[in-house]
Amino acid sequence: MKTVFVTVGTTKFPKLVDTITTLDVIKTLKNLGYDNVQIQTGKDFHKPNIDPLLKNVTVNLQEQSWAVKLLDFDVTINYNTYFDNFEEQIRKADLVISHAGAGSCLDVLRLKKPLIVVTNEDLMDNHQTELAEQLQKDKHLFFCNCNTLVDTLHKDFINLVPHPQPDKNLFSNYLDKCCGFVQ
Amino acid sequence: MDIQLQIELTILVIVVVIARVLYLIHKITTGYSKYAPKRSKPCKTIICIGSGGHTTEMLQLLKNINFNNYSPRHYVIAKTDTTSLNKVQTFEASRNSKENRDYFINKIPRSRSVGQSYITSIFTTIISILYSVPIVLRLRPDIVLCNGPGTCIPICVLSFLLKCVFVCESKIIFVESFCRTQTFSLSGKILVYIADNFIVQWPSLRSKLKRAEYIGQLM
Repeated sequence: MKTVFVTVGTTKFPKLVDTITTLDVIKTLKNLGYDNVQIQTGKDFHKPNIDPLLKNVTVNLQEQSWAVKLLDFDVTINYNTYFDNFEEQIRKADLVISHAGAGSCLDVLRLKKPLIVVTNEDLMDNHQTELAEQLQKDKHLFFCNCNTLVDTLHKDFINLVPHPQPDKNLFSNYLDKCCGFVQ
Repeated sequence: MDIQLQIELTILVIVVVIARVLYLIHKITTGYSKYAPKRSKPCKTIICIGSGGHTTEMLQLLKNINFNNYSPRHYVIAKTDTTSLNKVQTFEASRNSKENRDYFINKIPRSRSVGQSYITSIFTTIISILYSVPIVLRLRPDIVLCNGPGTCIPICVLSFLLKCVFVCESKIIFVESFCRTQTFSLSGKILVYIADNFIVQWPSLRSKLKRAEYIGQLM
């Protein structure tokens, strides 16, 4: 079983959540061998919005979460507004699709998982694209928008390089020096 | 005192104040105030906490600082931001119990909530500035640490003004957000003139401002 973890962080990004369950994306995921999708939907999520082109769907409502089975594709999708075991979800995933929040990106990169960042074009003054662009330039992830997700899924994740760990004492040493504790 | 003398004195005071402000800005922007003189007494520190990503970044920066050098720590947090409050409390509690837990939380109203209209946000911003005044006046910090949320501006400006009138020697340390790889945040654009230390997290941003410092990967 190969798992994709989709996360929108503490905000909401309904367009991304809905894009995942379009026929094209599901087909692509299945072709790439993914058959389990975990979606963290963020706030104000009311119910899964499955592409009507996908037939043979069963939806199961549990408390605060939905389990969807796409019988034709043998793909299961689990929705949750927030996962308590967020880090565990990333660890278990073979691929993470995330919104462009710096926190989420860093969490995934720290755990060295292949990452696709999807930018939300509906946000005004979206300076978060800046970071995604830079991290793509440095080959740590791929970034795209909802319309180009299918193409991006086909990219070669082998070519990505891990994001280096920061030197933990860099800032504290700098601070001590600037404040006069160390000369 | 006749009117003319009063006017002359007023002008004199204004000129002196402007000269002092310009002198300090010059000192700061030329990097003269980057390194403070040697000290061993702990620094009274104000830490401006923003929201969401800003809070996470700030706590990441603070992770390994020596609490004995930076104590007491006064966190300034928006009143309604319970998530950040929890993060700060968890962070302080996570440090070794032997270390000092000398920290305080100062709450100020949020200057602008998400989705709030522009007109009313002017009003709420003024309110939040007014709340910052007594905090800075009372604390007279040795250091102000901030990384970009809007709430840090009044705190920094007030600390700078106190420095102008010789009340305290606050050192303002600004770290631009990790998200900023090409452009500066509004806070960054303002604090360029009054932050003694101005750190960016990307070399590409360093090349856009002469006085910005890139000290390596922090996140």
